[in-house]
Amino acid sequence: MSKKKVSSRRKFLLTSMRAAGLAGIGALVWSSMLEESTASSLILRPPGALPEKEFLKTCIKCGLCVSACPYDTLKLAAPGDHKPMGTPFFDARDIPCYMCTDIPCVPVCPTGALDEQSVSTDGELDINLSRMGVAVIDSSACVAFWGIQCDACHRACPLIDEAIIIEYDKNERTGKHAFLTPVVVNDVCTGCGMCEHACITEKAAITIIPRDVVLGHAGSHYVKGWDKKDEARIKDATGATTHTELSKESALDSLNDDSELY
Amino acid sequence: MKYLISRRITQITVMALYIAANVWGLKILEGNLSSSVLLGTVPLSDPYAVLQMFVAGSVITTDVLIGAVIIALFYGVVGGRMFCSWVCPINMVTDAANWLRRKLGISHVQKRVYMSRNLRLWILAMSLVLSFAMGLTAFELVSPISMLHRGLVFGMGFGFSAILIIFFFDLFVHENGWCGYVCPLGGFYSLVGKFSLIRVKHNVDNCTECMKCKVVCPEKEVLHMVAKHSATVTMGACTNCARCIEVCDDDALNFSIRNFIDKK
Repeated sequence: MSKKKVSSRRKFLLTSMRAAGLAGIGALVWSSMLEESTASSLILRPPGALPEKEFLKTCIKCGLCVSACPYDTLKLAAPGDHKPMGTPFFDARDIPCYMCTDIPCVPVCPTGALDEQSVSTDGELDINLSRMGVAVIDSSACVAFWGIQCDACHRACPLIDEAIIIEYDKNERTGKHAFLTPVVVNDVCTGCGMCEHACITEKAAITIIPRDVVLGHAGSHYVKGWDKKDEARIKDATGATTHTELSKESALDSLNDDSELY
Repeated sequence: MKYLISRRITQITVMALYIAANVWGLKILEGNLSSSVLLGTVPLSDPYAVLQMFVAGSVITTDVLIGAVIIALFYGVVGGRMFCSWVCPINMVTDAANWLRRKLGISHVQKRVYMSRNLRLWILAMSLVLSFAMGLTAFELVSPISMLHRGLVFGMGFGFSAILIIFFFDLFVHENGWCGYVCPLGGFYSLVGKFSLIRVKHNVDNCTECMKCKVVCPEKEVLHMVAKHSATVTMGACTNCARCIEVCDDDALNFSIRNFIDKK
């Protein structure tokens, strides 16, 4: 059987097709690996870290922040930590951020993935501006909500009475005791995790969670009419006045209309 | 042996300095091979990592830019692809695998698996495309090189499994498979170091055609002139590892400075 002669054009087309196909396989495998490895959203980053998406492309994974941390709080994610490999993180229950006033981990960052600006006012470093996460309380596991006196998290908080405040209520069950329950002020909480570290329950009843995972956003169309600053947002507002036509049907009929139930 | 020993000393010293900086606070060389600070002042950064960051859309700071330029200039002007055989810790893993491969004679019983040397350049290109498309540093997030040097300095985790994969790949799948064909960082430095000054030179008058150099060379193509004519090894793929110089019993291979001016 004679070998079929392959024209050079056919050869070129087939070779390019093969190259494209192989590149496609590679790209699919590689990108799915990257997708998986960056999927975890419950990671606490060092102070001043850029938003996670920006952080991932900017961090060069050199570990200078980790070396600079005097408390061994920060770690670089190794394979098996199930976090984007080589990026710095901390586990607050294990070792929280102790809020050094000179923030040694931030200025050493060569790439700006830890942004000095975001933790300074007028060129002065201010660790209280950091937003590593926010504390969330599980009130069913927190013994203070049972009526047992515990203010470990409140005492541990470096912004005591600002980031964690204590609310008082009477304990109707006993009729003569008080509830002294911790409440987190989301705007002030830095997410350092000293509360989670101090929590006395077997598994912490107060946990630090990345802010964008747990915090909501009401939307700009809600205006607090009682707040002068918020009210100022609509001072120059213009726009159309909308008119909704009144339904001609009897209001009672709406009770028999089930179309909106499904 | 002197070059092999110097290479091992360089490789181990670099890693030891990083470990000393992290563990005992000895601030000579801090960080790791991705980015570091020399003597508390000079920034040094992996130019390939910085390139990925740039492509991914990150704002590059002056610090890492200067660091990347210093490293790229050093290898581009002086050392060539020296990083691979003198600094990279993976080199010791693959050297061990390939030594064992030669000792066991695996190449004699194995059917040759075809791989192109250009594979690493394709992987290099793809890492940049993926970095751009996904806004991530595509190779840095999966790099076994970083896993090893980062692991040695900051804790290994399961990183050793990636190292084992490379070891067994080189041992059983393809001779010099990782460093010679797959690794995009090696591909990157073979492009960067194309015009560097330190070069191996072949003197055909001394050559007895024993071909030992071609047996040990991890990038055999660069020695195409051996036993044919005297010439300088100019291909960027040469890592200046000096293995060929060390096996040559006839002084037919030596280091020299590349002569750009009077080219024949």
